[in-house]
Amino acid sequence: MTDIREQLTWNLIWNRLLAIVEEQAQTLMRTAFSTVVREAGDLSAGVFDTRGAMLAQAVTGTPGHVNAMARSVGRFLAEFPLPALAPGDVLLTNDPWDATGHLNDFTVVTPVFDGARPVALFAATSHIADVGGLGFGPDGREVFEEGLRIPIMKLYERGALNKPLEDVIKANVRDPVVAQGDLHSLAACNRVGAERLLATLREFDLRDLDGVGRWIIDTSRRAMAEEINRLPDGTYRHDMVVDGYDEPVRIVCALTVAGEVIDIDFSGSSGLSPYGINVPPNYTEAYASFGVRCVVGNDVPNNAGSLAPVRVSAPTGCILGAEFPAAVSARHALGQMLPDVVLGCLDQALPDVVPAEGASCIWNPVLRSSQDVEGRLRSSRFVINPIFNGGTGARAGKDGLSTTAFPSGVRTTPTEVNEVTAPLIFWRREYRSGSGGAGKFRGGLGQVIEIAHAEGAPFVVSKMFDRIGHPARGRRGGAAGAGGRVYLKDGGELRGKGRDEVPEGATLVFETPGGGGVGNPAERAPEAKRRDAEEGLI
Amino acid sequence: MDIGGTFTDVVLQTGARQVPTKVLTTADNPAVGVVQGLRQVLKRAGREPADVGMLLHGTTLATNALIERRGARTALVTTEGHRDVLEMALENRFEQYDVNVDRPVPLVPRRWRLTVPERVNAAGEVLTPLNVEAVRALVPALAEGRIESVAVGFLHGYANGAHERLVRDVLAAALPDISITLASEACPEIREFERFSTACANAYVKPLMSRYLADLQVRLAALGVRSPFLMMTSGGGLTSVAAAREFPIRLVESGPAGGAILASRIAASLGLDRVVSLDMGGTTAKICLIDDGAPQHSRAFEVDRSYRFRKGSGLPVRIPVIEMVEIGAGGGSVAAVDRLRRVEVGPRSAGAMPGPACYGRGGERATVTDANLTLDRLAPDRFAGGAIVLDAAAAQAALIRDVAAPWGGPDCGAAEAAEAVVAVVDENMAAAARAHASEWGKDIAERTLIAFGGGAPLHAARLMEKLGLRQVLVPPAAGVGSAVGFLAAPVSYEVVRSRYMRLSAFDSETVDQVMTEMRAEAREVVGAIVDDAGRETRQAHMRYLGQGYEIAVDVAQPTTAEALRGAFDRAYEALYGRLIPGLDVEVLSWTLTLRAEVAELASPPLSSASRCAAHVVSGRVERSALATGAVVAGPANIVEDETVIVVPTGCAARVDDQGNVLISRRA
Repeated sequence: MTDIREQLTWNLIWNRLLAIVEEQAQTLMRTAFSTVVREAGDLSAGVFDTRGAMLAQAVTGTPGHVNAMARSVGRFLAEFPLPALAPGDVLLTNDPWDATGHLNDFTVVTPVFDGARPVALFAATSHIADVGGLGFGPDGREVFEEGLRIPIMKLYERGALNKPLEDVIKANVRDPVVAQGDLHSLAACNRVGAERLLATLREFDLRDLDGVGRWIIDTSRRAMAEEINRLPDGTYRHDMVVDGYDEPVRIVCALTVAGEVIDIDFSGSSGLSPYGINVPPNYTEAYASFGVRCVVGNDVPNNAGSLAPVRVSAPTGCILGAEFPAAVSARHALGQMLPDVVLGCLDQALPDVVPAEGASCIWNPVLRSSQDVEGRLRSSRFVINPIFNGGTGARAGKDGLSTTAFPSGVRTTPTEVNEVTAPLIFWRREYRSGSGGAGKFRGGLGQVIEIAHAEGAPFVVSKMFDRIGHPARGRRGGAAGAGGRVYLKDGGELRGKGRDEVPEGATLVFETPGGGGVGNPAERAPEAKRRDAEEGLI
Repeated sequence: MDIGGTFTDVVLQTGARQVPTKVLTTADNPAVGVVQGLRQVLKRAGREPADVGMLLHGTTLATNALIERRGARTALVTTEGHRDVLEMALENRFEQYDVNVDRPVPLVPRRWRLTVPERVNAAGEVLTPLNVEAVRALVPALAEGRIESVAVGFLHGYANGAHERLVRDVLAAALPDISITLASEACPEIREFERFSTACANAYVKPLMSRYLADLQVRLAALGVRSPFLMMTSGGGLTSVAAAREFPIRLVESGPAGGAILASRIAASLGLDRVVSLDMGGTTAKICLIDDGAPQHSRAFEVDRSYRFRKGSGLPVRIPVIEMVEIGAGGGSVAAVDRLRRVEVGPRSAGAMPGPACYGRGGERATVTDANLTLDRLAPDRFAGGAIVLDAAAAQAALIRDVAAPWGGPDCGAAEAAEAVVAVVDENMAAAARAHASEWGKDIAERTLIAFGGGAPLHAARLMEKLGLRQVLVPPAAGVGSAVGFLAAPVSYEVVRSRYMRLSAFDSETVDQVMTEMRAEAREVVGAIVDDAGRETRQAHMRYLGQGYEIAVDVAQPTTAEALRGAFDRAYEALYGRLIPGLDVEVLSWTLTLRAEVAELASPPLSSASRCAAHVVSGRVERSALATGAVVAGPANIVEDETVIVVPTGCAARVDDQGNVLISRRA
């Protein structure tokens, strides 16, 4: 009977650890300054055992942190082994290779002590809006231009703030109040996690997390292995070309299922870009692994056990295996494309499960007031950064989702709020009829947005869009979704990347990409066809 | 009278005495259950229908119509170029790892989202006049499509509703039977998706609620009840039937609101400044934080969180609500063992039909109620006042099959399985309470837990231990707490207006004008019920420039930019722990609430039961047999008609002079 009691206790503690990291994430989300953290959930939080193995991670808005943060704690421990740490120590880095892929992401690790005995570590990552340098965007040629880089070091030592470090950070960023606030909210959320964990150990009368931790990891690994075992062994290849920044980027993927593990290899992908769209290997691993986890074992919580059976590699010198000191600031642009490629491989092993390709890349233009050459404003000053999405790929047995973020978890801003904060009129923002790829199951629709300045003044748009020249492809006979477009209403196509001035009186139009279809369009159910026609979707 | 998903609770108050009853909800026609319950309490109290002086009513009927999509055929008339606001929503998925997840289906399909040329800007200025001909041109289609209800929602209609009113005039003239809801009246608040969603939800339930209320009035009259009649709203205030018929969406969470009001009144009367209430029914548990005698309030609610009660999986409505977290943890919550061999409870519920296995009504799945019965924590012949006789053998068989066998193997018996189910559901509720407190920047520890609803008194003491709470309080008639709460509710009405304003460009004239407008609207509703002018509270919904969420800040009147900034700073710091110095603050919306007590309900002080020498008992005791000062040492079960209070080992319960049972750890 004792093992039933223990089983129940471990069952409860696993639930508790998952609840604790959610509370840790909630605290971070509530206290963070950065808008993307608070509104788009661009953050991560997790608890680790004393060996640095992740036991639980909060489910947040960004897949890009999934494995990246889990690995990161190992790097921290390599630099500062646990015996060298003391109660009150808090560690910090924003190194793209040690943390989560670009300088804007700060990771804070806090060891938890029961008395003098270390029992666990908490880690949290969040996106800080500005880290100096050229500012967030693909314009840097090396990481040195992208801002301040902090190697793994102590933010607090035995409870005392490392003031010189904080001063250096504050002196090197455009908004020191925000950066300082965000660093403190990272440390604070780990502290909440630590308090809850210590109370949990007391409640269940446990000395440490070793036993329950091993059980969580083993159970999760077994559950993942079972799922992978069901897939036929073999190597599945798929590639995809996307618009890239200055030239198209080819992503080549070989996914090998061998018994209980999956190996994903991006050899053959395009080489490094001169711009900051390169992806460090940890971030590649995160998005590739997320692609697998969307369809294989998605009921198993993220931890060292469930993540271990999926291994990812990208050769040095390729755009997905970018090494120091490559420019990586906008690594999300390609990162968001990786689940589509991985799913393309898995489609061969798991027919009729995997969705078609979707818009994947979020369309988040920066719209701002225009200035003349002398720097004089041509209208009142404003800057907004709204988010628009295209359609997702059709799913097995279901249409794709129209205007929905995937794989990112961000939310959009309301038109009314955009119009209150900027002197712009959004004359149109609705479904883009016919943009979903045809198929037995239709791809999700993109949207059309028409924007003009309220007083007819010129304004500026900065873009980092994809899937214009390379639309989302369908599967099994399903058609591609419509490619995206950027143009002026009275004529003139614009590029999907970089900065343009919208001239006086002109209307700027975005058409976001549609998702690909699945299956032969001729097999679409008559009822679904009738509804599409009636609803004006095709 | 409170119609819930599983039970309909009726409480009769005569003098200081409260007579409760619980009957099963009659889903097909809820008025039948209400009348049945009413008959029952009248009989038990030895009273006649004509003796009833005032009826208070809360119902989940609107909620159920939305969840089951049984509302009216509804159309939305909206701004040209913005046809899909309702369906594009926030463009996000609420579940990161499920590629098959579907977004909530809008109440109005695309073919009935009709656009007309018109445009107003954020300042309320007309950019494109409404094309009235285009509105007239919609009439034949609406008639042919047998549309029963129309919502009208235009961009920035909160700033200028003239175009919406014009559409109403045209449609009402052409289609006199059609029900019309204007977004600018139902929810005059910025953010088009939430406003249109609210207006469409209101339009969707309006014909149905009108019919229900008319039917209920007829049935009550037939029974011989001649008293006035007020409706409970989700904001915790009472309103007139006329106002309820106009904005039935404001009724959606009225039952749970009643519970929170009850807990707040108890907290205020006992001077408990930090309270958490737990209302556990058949399907869900609801947790609410109550500070200084007032429940948390907000204007955001989601109906039908269809995906494991996940945020974002429901239809948002912007109405005044008592802020609560709701999770799938009720008596009917189904227990199972997942692929990782973990015991899971909920969010699926067996509800009232077929119900838990022990109901013997065709339900086969093991539930929380089956586990409680197996652990001998229920009185099988007293459940729901004897409405259902519980079958212990059926409960055990279900637990063995659904939990013990897959989880513990042959060594595991029904009792161990039941313990696991109860432990997991307790853990789920504790986690939800912690997360909710954390989301609002509040502490949960050291609060008093006020437990009501049929299930809460069974689980409350364990939550006290898990959350480090000070004590548990179970009020009299805890099993029907929501209905009792209606008896303690004030008449109230909240009005909202969005008038954008930066504090750096504060304009007191506009604020005065907005407040005057709102006051007039609130007076019209409240003044129709009571003569009392009522107490007025005002709030500004403010944020730092460009942030995504507003926080509610009390507004004095007259007010100044400095006063508002100071109030904002205090509220912001309490919630987020810090300030952003030097950044401008903006106001998006203003609200005004009028509250007045109903004279008929001025509740007499609850009778102090005659004080007797304290005596300590344990085991199974009847609550009615406990006098003031009685002490019950755990382990013990205190049994009453609608629930059982579980006092675990190491805890003791005491009855206070208000008849409340207070549980705390034994020193």
